[in-house]
Amino acid sequence: MAIWVEVDLCDGCRRCVRACPYDAVEIREGKAHIGDRCTSCGACMEACRNEAILTDAQPRVVPDFSDYKGVWVFAEQRGGELHRVSVELLGKAQELATQLNQTVAAVLIGDGVAGLADTLVEFGADTVYLVEDAILRDYRTEAYAHVFKELVEAHKPNILLMGATHIGRDLAPRVSRRVGSGLTADCTELSIDPDEGILLQTRPAFGGNVMATIINRYSRPQMATVRPGVMEVVSAAGTQGSIVTHVTRVSEDRIGTKILEIVKEPKTHTDLTEAKVIVAGGRGVGDAAGFELLGELAAALGAELAGTRVAFEEGWIPASRQVGQTGVTVRPDLYIACGLSGAIQHRAGMMDSKFIVAINKDPYAPIFKVADWGIVGDVFDVVPELTAQVRAVCQVMCD
Amino acid sequence: MNIIVLIKQVPNTTEVKLDPKTGNLIREGVETIINPDDLHALEAALALKETHEAVVTVLSMGPPQAIDAVSEAMGMGADKAVFLSDRAFAGADTWATSYTLGKAIQHMGEVDLILAGRQAIDGDTAQVGPQVADFLDLPQVTYVFDIQAVHADYVVVKRRLEDGYERIQCRLPALLTVIPGAGKPRYPMASRLLLACREKAPIQVWNAADIRVTTAEVGLEGSLTQVMRTFAPKFERRGTMLEGGTVDVVRTLTAHLRENKLV
Repeated sequence: MAIWVEVDLCDGCRRCVRACPYDAVEIREGKAHIGDRCTSCGACMEACRNEAILTDAQPRVVPDFSDYKGVWVFAEQRGGELHRVSVELLGKAQELATQLNQTVAAVLIGDGVAGLADTLVEFGADTVYLVEDAILRDYRTEAYAHVFKELVEAHKPNILLMGATHIGRDLAPRVSRRVGSGLTADCTELSIDPDEGILLQTRPAFGGNVMATIINRYSRPQMATVRPGVMEVVSAAGTQGSIVTHVTRVSEDRIGTKILEIVKEPKTHTDLTEAKVIVAGGRGVGDAAGFELLGELAAALGAELAGTRVAFEEGWIPASRQVGQTGVTVRPDLYIACGLSGAIQHRAGMMDSKFIVAINKDPYAPIFKVADWGIVGDVFDVVPELTAQVRAVCQVMCD
Repeated sequence: MNIIVLIKQVPNTTEVKLDPKTGNLIREGVETIINPDDLHALEAALALKETHEAVVTVLSMGPPQAIDAVSEAMGMGADKAVFLSDRAFAGADTWATSYTLGKAIQHMGEVDLILAGRQAIDGDTAQVGPQVADFLDLPQVTYVFDIQAVHADYVVVKRRLEDGYERIQCRLPALLTVIPGAGKPRYPMASRLLLACREKAPIQVWNAADIRVTTAEVGLEGSLTQVMRTFAPKFERRGTMLEGGTVDVVRTLTAHLRENKLV
């Protein structure tokens, strides 16, 4: 299979260059030239006005999937406790199902977990597929994958969503291979293409430097995982749902793994460079007691604590938590800069944060120039208030 | 025992930049490395080799230049390597990649343990390991940070969870995906690197025909998912100063944070 340019027809308009997701097309002497990076995806062919790009590839036929219906969510539970991400996914599933004029189902697997079905209905499941067996009490890859294969074959879902937890990321690819379906990991956006009615799965790639929209045209269910905290919980209180019980045929000798022990550990601090949220302080925080206030905010946000060079030299933070040119470079989703002016050396270490909040007494502090939201005020007033409000928000959302 | 380690050459994403005009990746001059998690998988295999009788074979797939990663792995101490390279493999999603790797592993003969990194830093999907395991119908354990015991027909490993870990006994043959654990990946030895670059080095290069797959089953054609479009994420600085009393400004800020799903 190959793609080539019919030079006489090419007018060098560059549409193909812009369309190529792999950066494989360039203009040489006024004509498009396809380079080594080409994967024959055909994006350039669709973009070309002059039909100057040709291929010997046979067009792929999209099979008829009209009997695949419904948006499914894996209801992940551990020790009988529902993982929040499953509830979040039900929120998105409701939206997708409405657009498709289909229904939402949750797949609940475990032992003695039937009590969770009501919660799933309350947050958007029209149907709960309940699979209970002693063999399914704790998550094990093969056991759960087997159950999913049975359910998918019996009920033919259109879309299947799972949380990108350590369990979801273990299970989803296994299920995808088992049921013969494509899978997109860690999506940050899901929507339905209005023309084709297929799922548009948008996710970051190359360490978040690029966003890619991925489609799954040739297989069902269209599978995607989504990280916790990305989708919003949508209550469907007052609606009715039904429970469909399924009896699995999976047996112990198929499973291959045995859990010897499950150990809970208090949350250890993650590497700063992997932190999603960082609360950082500088000279303006004043002392170690001030950093305790920042620590409380960090705890409320599930964030990591960091600081400037001054904060390190004063002994308020360890060296491993110094952000900046002489410290570490971070790129969290949210960086809250408290009582730090934003010297160039510090900014160099945090400029790539997705969102930056600055809190400082000095309205002329350079940190405000790189902030998305700035608050001129005393750290000792603003930070405790923010902590209290964040706690209140989390309280509401967790109830 | 026969150990296969899956490795991938990736661009060092911490250095990847976007062309501000076109929004495309600037790939020129970006250093390529062995994917960090894969280095830990290889280190785990080499550590096992020190205590058990084991042959470590590295398996990789990529464009011709990715053979550098294979040579580096040989330099670290792998016994031999298989490198899958064919234009037909290009543009593969994880479905087609796991199929290709799975077919190659079947072609490589007896295997007791397959080790892979949890995920590659260019795609971050963490899918290929489990999909290879399923293709081969082997049990898997992902997020492994400690291989505690290796016996003839089972291993005991620790699997990382968000709030702790599980200790799992897993039947062999099996596939484990590995995250950074206690052992630091060793450096390649210059003498070994030189040996790996010789013509007679035990590195086999296989194409689609060698592993008995048709071009329609692999690469972009054999993929189930397609990239429809790519675009640069927007990180515009709003530069909004919030004004008012402490309670009010914080309320406004919290609303902004919620709107952007930051809390």
